[in-house]
Amino acid sequence: MDIFVPQDMAAVAVGANQVADAIIAEARRRNIMVRVIRNGSRGMFWLEPLVEIATPAGRVGYADVRAEDVPSLFDAGFAEGKPCGNHLGLVENIPYFAKQTRFVFKRAGLIDPLSLDDYRAHGGWRGLENALSAGPSAIVAAVKASGLRGRGGAGFPTGIKWETVARAEAAQKYIVCNADEGDSGTFADRLIMEADPFALIEGMVIAGIGVGATRGYIYLRSEYPFAITMMNRAIALARTAGMLGSSINGSHHAFELEVRVGAGAYVCGEETALLDSLEGKRGQVRAKPPLPAIKGLFGQPTVINNTISLASVPFILAEGASAFADVGYGRSRGTMPVQLAGNIRHGGLFEAAFGLTLGALVDEIGGGTQTGRPVRAVQAGGPLGAYFPPSMFDTPYDYEAFAKCDGLIGHGGLVVFDDSVDMARMARFAMAFCAHESCGKCTPCRIGAVRGVETFDKLLAGIDVSQNLALIEDLCETMKFGSLCALGGFTPYPVLSAMRHFPEDFVPAPLRHAAE
Amino acid sequence: MPDTTRFDERMTQRLRNIIVQFQHIEGAMLPLLHEIQSAFGYVPREAEPEIALALNLTRAEVHGVISFYHDYRREPAGRHVLKLCRAEACQSMGSEAQAKAVLDHLGLNWGETSADGRITIEAVYCLGLCATAPSALFDDQPIGRINASRLVALAEAAA
Repeated sequence: MDIFVPQDMAAVAVGANQVADAIIAEARRRNIMVRVIRNGSRGMFWLEPLVEIATPAGRVGYADVRAEDVPSLFDAGFAEGKPCGNHLGLVENIPYFAKQTRFVFKRAGLIDPLSLDDYRAHGGWRGLENALSAGPSAIVAAVKASGLRGRGGAGFPTGIKWETVARAEAAQKYIVCNADEGDSGTFADRLIMEADPFALIEGMVIAGIGVGATRGYIYLRSEYPFAITMMNRAIALARTAGMLGSSINGSHHAFELEVRVGAGAYVCGEETALLDSLEGKRGQVRAKPPLPAIKGLFGQPTVINNTISLASVPFILAEGASAFADVGYGRSRGTMPVQLAGNIRHGGLFEAAFGLTLGALVDEIGGGTQTGRPVRAVQAGGPLGAYFPPSMFDTPYDYEAFAKCDGLIGHGGLVVFDDSVDMARMARFAMAFCAHESCGKCTPCRIGAVRGVETFDKLLAGIDVSQNLALIEDLCETMKFGSLCALGGFTPYPVLSAMRHFPEDFVPAPLRHAAE
Repeated sequence: MPDTTRFDERMTQRLRNIIVQFQHIEGAMLPLLHEIQSAFGYVPREAEPEIALALNLTRAEVHGVISFYHDYRREPAGRHVLKLCRAEACQSMGSEAQAKAVLDHLGLNWGETSADGRITIEAVYCLGLCATAPSALFDDQPIGRINASRLVALAEAAA
C-alpha cells in the first residue's frame, strides 16, 4: 500500500517528517505492509501536512495530519482510505485543485521527485526527445510561438532572448537559471525544484540545445536548503540516466549543469547582479547594454531565465507551442502559478491561465483572510510590487492590466493583509528593505532608500507632514527614473500605492488618535 | 565556541586544503566562501590574503565580496541559530510582534548571540514558506505557523 507524505520544506515546517515516522512506526506495529513515498507538495499548503493514500479509486487525502493522531487514524481505517480525521476525499477533486490548469506543475505532488521512472511515466523527457528530433532552430521557434514571457517579473518574451543567444557566435555559451526567488509571498520556484526537479533540468537542457550552450548553472538562494539538496541529487541522477553530460540521450549534444548557492543578497535576483555573483564578485547590477544575451556570464552569450520560465519549456516542446499559447489573456499567454500567501485562508500555489481577476484569486480561490477579518490590502508581485485595495479587485491578472494600475504581477506572489495592517509602516518597510538590500552601485537606490526611511520616520512622528509626504513623492520619482535596476526603480510602487490608496494611514499617530 | 583569537597552523592548513579544492573552478569565490564558513562556522579574516593569492585578486576585492553578502559571518555564531522571517507575508501574520517577544525574552537584538553562546537570533527575508506564515529556520529545521510561546520554548530548550 502506498502512502504519500510530502517532503516539501513547507510541509516539513508543519510536521510532515514526524507524521511520516509515525506512519511507518504504526504500520510496523500493526504488521501492515506500507510504502511511504515522500512526494513533493501539491501546493495546497493550508492543508499540510497533507497525507494521501493510494486507493483503487484514486488518491484520497487527509489534511493537517498530526503525528499523535496517526494511531487513531489507523484504527479508523485511514490506511484503506476510509473517511476519518480531516478526510478530503479524492485529492484531485478538491475544488482548489480541480479548478487549476496545471501545465508546469502537473507532476508536482503526484510523483516521487527523485524517481526517474515516475518522471518518465508522467510525460517526462518527451519535450526533450521532441527537441532533439526537431533541432535547435525549431526549438527556438516553438518557444517564440508559445508566447512564453519571463516568469521572474519582467515579462520579457523568452523566445526573443533565446533567438539572440542562438545567433551570437561564441566558443562557450551559458544557460543560467535564476532560482534566487527572494520575493516575499512567492514559492513557485521552490515548489517546482522540490516537487519536480527533473522538469527544470529538462527545460535547461532543451534551452542549451536550442541556443548551442553546453554549460548551465542554477543560481539557487541559500534560504532554500531543501531545494539545493533536491536539485543536486536530481542532477546526479539525470547524469547517470544520460540526460546530462557529453551525449544527451545518445545525441551529439552535450550539456553540463551545476547548482551554485547564493549568499543572502536579494539583489542577486536581478539578472546582471546574479551574473556578477556567479562570477564570484559582489552582486552588483551591471549597466545594460550590453544585454546578457550578447555579453553575459564571463562575457559570453547567456540565456538567463527564471526557474518557472525554464520549467515551462518541457510542456511547450511536448504538447506543442499552441497548447500553451491557446490559453491566457491578451499578450499574457499560457498559465501562471499564482502564489496566494500571507494572511489568507487557502494559501498555496494556484496555476491557472492568465485573466482571472485579482478579487477572484483572493476571495473565491483564496477564501479571504485566515484571521477572518476583512481584506484591506494585497501586495502583488513581491516587495517591489504595489498594494491593491479591494476596490481594485476587478483588475484581470495580466502583465499589461497590472502595469496600467501602476502595479506588476512580478513573479506571481499575492500577499494578503487584513484590516489590522498599518500601511504607513508597510510603505516605510519597502524603503527599509531597499536600503538593506541595495547593491550600492547607483545613487538613487543607495541614498534614496535611506533618505526615504528617515523621511518616513519624521512623517510618522508628526513632523512637517505635508512637506514630508511631498518629499517622499519626489524621492520616489527620482528613484523610479534614476535607478539602474528594479530594486531602486520599483520600490516606489509599494510606497506610492500605499500612499495613494490608503491615505488615512499617513496621518501621524497623535492626529489619528485625536480623530478617533 | 571556537577560539577566534588563535588561528593556528592546523587551521591555516585546513583553510589551504579547502582553497586548493575550489580555486580552479569557474567563479570559485562563492562556493569557496561557503565551504570555508561551513568548516569554520565563519569566514576568518586570515582567509582573505590566502584567497586573494589563490584567485589572483587583491585583498580589498576579497574583503569586498565577503562584506557584500549577508550570509558570511565575520565571527562564529552561537551553538544554535534561529532565523526569523521579517518579510511581508510573515508580517501579515504578526511576525514582528512574535519576534519582539522572543528577542525581549532573551534580552537580545537582531543579530546578537546570547552571553552563554547558546543561541543567535537573525533576521531572514523570506524562506518561501509564505502560505504557512510566520516562518522560522532553527538551525536546519524549518518551522511554519510559529507562535511566540513555541519560539521561546524552542530557544529555552536549545542546549
